[in-house]
Amino acid sequence: MMRSLAVFLTKLITGANAQWEGCDKEKRCLRIYFANHGSHLDFATLWAALPKVMREKTRPVAARDYWGKNKLTRAIAVDLFNSLLICRDGITRKDNPIEQMAAAMRDGCSLIIFPEGTRSLDGEMAAFKAGLYHLARKVPQAELVPVYLENLNRILPKGHLLPVPLLSRVVFGQPIQLGNGETKADFLQRCRQALKSLGCPG
Amino acid sequence: MIDYSSPVTHRVLGAIFGVLVIASIIGFILARRAKSESAKATISNLNARTKSWWVMVVVILGALATGHLGTTIVFALVSFLALREFLTATPTRRSDYYALFAAFFIILPYQYWLVHTQWYGMFAIMIPVYAFVLLPILSVVGGDTADYLARTARTQWGLMVCVYFISHIPMLLALELNIDRPNMGSAGLVLFLVAVIQGSDVLQYVWGKLCGKRPVARVLSPKKTLEGLLGGVLTASLLGMAMFRLTPFNPVQAFTVSLLLCCTGFFGGLVMSAIKRERGIKDWGNLIEGHGGMMDRIDSLCFSAPIYFHILRYFFPSSI
Repeated sequence: MMRSLAVFLTKLITGANAQWEGCDKEKRCLRIYFANHGSHLDFATLWAALPKVMREKTRPVAARDYWGKNKLTRAIAVDLFNSLLICRDGITRKDNPIEQMAAAMRDGCSLIIFPEGTRSLDGEMAAFKAGLYHLARKVPQAELVPVYLENLNRILPKGHLLPVPLLSRVVFGQPIQLGNGETKADFLQRCRQALKSLGCPG
Repeated sequence: MIDYSSPVTHRVLGAIFGVLVIASIIGFILARRAKSESAKATISNLNARTKSWWVMVVVILGALATGHLGTTIVFALVSFLALREFLTATPTRRSDYYALFAAFFIILPYQYWLVHTQWYGMFAIMIPVYAFVLLPILSVVGGDTADYLARTARTQWGLMVCVYFISHIPMLLALELNIDRPNMGSAGLVLFLVAVIQGSDVLQYVWGKLCGKRPVARVLSPKKTLEGLLGGVLTASLLGMAMFRLTPFNPVQAFTVSLLLCCTGFFGGLVMSAIKRERGIKDWGNLIEGHGGMMDRIDSLCFSAPIYFHILRYFFPSSI
């Protein structure tokens, strides 16, 4: 009930128009959706743009140091959007984000991750952190789907509380898989390029 | 607002619904007869348009039936949706957040509040003067000079085209002209404008399909032809002449005003096309089936609405 309301409100505010380009909307499989990050609305919008059956099996990955700060943010992230909270720094063997993500995927959940690690201020895409590569190695059967989120950094920029009602676009691109013997740098560069080309085709 | 007892009202409503019913029946028959794939595509596009027309007619007549308040609210929504499309398509930067926020949540509602309270003096200058002063200030505070003039100009343009111009349509109801012959009431003024402009769009499309050969704006709007333009504008002006009883005009005045409105409407459409081409988009949005976005529907209305309003206000005694 609360979740349907959250989906409805997200779609209303962001006017999101989902486009599936080279990615099968109906296919049920384990996926890692990776997207550019510029707004708090990003994970909600991507999550709301998925078909309902897939949404129920997809968890956004969010920073524990941010979303776990207090009861309210935790309730929004975990209870409402079913997020997986991970720590961004101070990684130990016990508290290893890659292991936690892989565990969630072993339970049959797809994930939404933002490999830039933080929200961009000006809409420019930062370099990708290595987590995407390590996760792809741990869960080789998963499809990596680049998802370009357009305009969300204008609708709710970092540092602001209220959204401006512009229209956004969610573009799902062709899935990627880690190549045999592909190096970390090459793979991350390829993923970033795939995401970038969804934003400005041609 | 609508004088239901007047014979003019009966005839106008009869004509509008008559045309829609006939168009729907023709579309239905054509759809059953169409054989080739391309014919089927054209007919299904035509039928989608007719269906959207039903919705639009019901919305506009419904708004007019609820009087000034209802009409004001409906056009405020139209402005909101159009502004949303316009500002989505034209890039701004992080420092424009407060300007965009003010455009949607302060300036737009206040402009329609002025329509509601019928304070004409403020209505006429709020966006051209006060928004023009406020928005650049809100944008300059961020200290970002990249593309500064273009960014502020875009927001101002969006407000002028989508809010200021469109708000003149519900403001027509505040004119309260004295027409001393049977008429439809003040709703007729709105209906005349919308029917002439949208009629001109449809008739240009029809004439273009029937005998269009010479492109008239090769770069801006490759589908528009000279034959379509002339045929459409002239028949829409005749349509305006036939509807002179909705207005204080005599038939010749109605024809002349319609001709002027169709021409400004045509160029308004070209201006909006130029903006779309600059941004590399085909449609402003996908709000209405077969019609693109809200802006695609009202582009020719934007420029003609204030001109029509001022013709009425200056040449005929009105209450504001």
